[in-house]
Amino acid sequence: MLEIKDLHKSFSDLKVLEGIDLNMDRGEVVVVIGPSGSGKSTLLRCINYLETPNSGQLQLGSLEVNLEEQDKEKIHQLRQKTAMVFQNYNLFKNKTALENITEALKVVKKMDSKQAEKAGYQLLSKVGLEDKADVYPASLSGGQKQRVGIARALATNPDLMLFDEPTSALDPELIGEVLNVIKDLAQEGMTMLIVTHEMDFAHDVADRIIFIDQGRIIESDTPQNIFSNPNHSRTNEFLSRIIS
Amino acid sequence: MINFEVIINKLPLVLPLAWVTVKIALISMAIGMTLGLITALFRFYKLPVFNKLSELYVFLVRGTPLLVQIYIVYFGLPRIGIEFNAFSSAYLALGINTGAYLSEVFRGAIKSVDKGQLEAALSVGMTYWQAMKRIILPQAFLVALPTMGNTFINLIKNTSLVFVISIEEIMAKTKKLAALHGNYLEMYITAAIVYLIVFFVAYQLQNLLEQNLETGSD
Repeated sequence: MLEIKDLHKSFSDLKVLEGIDLNMDRGEVVVVIGPSGSGKSTLLRCINYLETPNSGQLQLGSLEVNLEEQDKEKIHQLRQKTAMVFQNYNLFKNKTALENITEALKVVKKMDSKQAEKAGYQLLSKVGLEDKADVYPASLSGGQKQRVGIARALATNPDLMLFDEPTSALDPELIGEVLNVIKDLAQEGMTMLIVTHEMDFAHDVADRIIFIDQGRIIESDTPQNIFSNPNHSRTNEFLSRIIS
Repeated sequence: MINFEVIINKLPLVLPLAWVTVKIALISMAIGMTLGLITALFRFYKLPVFNKLSELYVFLVRGTPLLVQIYIVYFGLPRIGIEFNAFSSAYLALGINTGAYLSEVFRGAIKSVDKGQLEAALSVGMTYWQAMKRIILPQAFLVALPTMGNTFINLIKNTSLVFVISIEEIMAKTKKLAALHGNYLEMYITAAIVYLIVFFVAYQLQNLLEQNLETGSD
C-alpha cells in the first residue's frame, strides 16, 4: 500500500536520509527504531512533506509522487491520505478538544457542523475523553492531549498514520494510556508507521521493526528476530545500549 | 480656587463630543489594523519589494510626530492635488500612524505562534491559507490583543490633535468654551474628565474581550 523508493533528504550539507526503501502492506504496523539523529523523524516528515524530500519515489494507494517535485496538488492529496501524531501534540491551542477533531472534518472534508460533531464525539469516546469535549488543550494533561491528538489524526480516516515519538514528551505514568490507544488501533487494522523509543511497546505492537542508522535502513525484521537475534552488529549495539 | 460649578455646568456641553472622538478612533483603528496586518504579512513572508516598502512605512511613521503627519495629509497633499476633507484627513493620518505601530505588534504576534501549529494543520490536510486563517492568525490575534488595546487607548488620546484641522471634537469644543469665559483650568479639567470616561469604557471593553477570548495558556 505504501511504497517508498530511494528516498534522499539532506539539510544543506548534512545528509539525513541516504536512500530509504520501504514497503508497507495495508493494516501493517511498522515501528522505526534507531539512535537519535539517525533520520527516523525526518523519514516520517518526508512522507507528508512537512520536510521536503530531495529525491525518490513514493506511492500511497493509487497516489504516485515523484519526490523530486513539489506538486502542490499531490502534496495536498498526500496529506489528506495520511495523518500525523506529534511528539509535542501540537493540538490547535485556539480550539477545544472537540473542535480539534472536527476542524479538519469541516474544513477539509466539508462536512456540516452537526455531522462533524457527531463524528468528533465518537472519536473522543474512542480515546476515552468524551467528558473533555469543551476543554481547551491548555487544561488537559499530556496524556489527554496526546489522545486528542490521536483522535484528531483518526478523524479524516487516513490510509496511513504516522506517529512521531508519541510518548517522548510524556511523564512516565501517562505513557500507558497513550500506548493502549495505539494498540487498540493496531488491532483494528490501522496501517501505522511509528517512531518510538518504547521497546516493550514496539515488541508488542509491531508486525515489523525497522532499524535505521545514519540515514539508512540497516535491518528490517519481525520484533522477535530483531530483539533476540539481530543480523547486524549495529542493531545489537543499539539495543544493548537501550535495554540495559 | 477651582470653581467646580463651572465643571458641572460645562460637562454636559463637552461630553457629547466624546462621540466624535470615539468615531474617529474606531475608524482610524480599523484602517490601522488593515494596514498593520497587510504590512506585517509582507514583512513576515519577506515578500520582495513589498517587504522593503513596509519597513520604510514603519520607519517613516514611527520616526515622525503625529502632528506633522496630520499637517502633511490635510495641508500638504492638496498642493499636489490630493484633497481630503477634515474628517477623512483625520481618519487617514491617524489610521496610517496606528498601522505602523500595529504592523510591529502583528509581526511579532504571528512569529510567536509555535511552528508546530502550522505543521499540525497541514498534516490534517488543510491548505496553507486555511491554516493561516483558522489556526495561526486567531492565535496571533490573542497574543496581540493586550498591545492592541494599549494602541487603541493611545489612539483615543491622539485624536485630541485633530482640533488643529478644525474638527470639532472634545479639545476643540473645550478651547472654544474656555476662551469665551477665561476659565481655562476648569475647562481643561472638564476635557480631562471626558477623556477619562472614554478611556474607562474602552478599558472595560478590552478586559471583557480578553476574558471572553481566554482559552487558557501553557
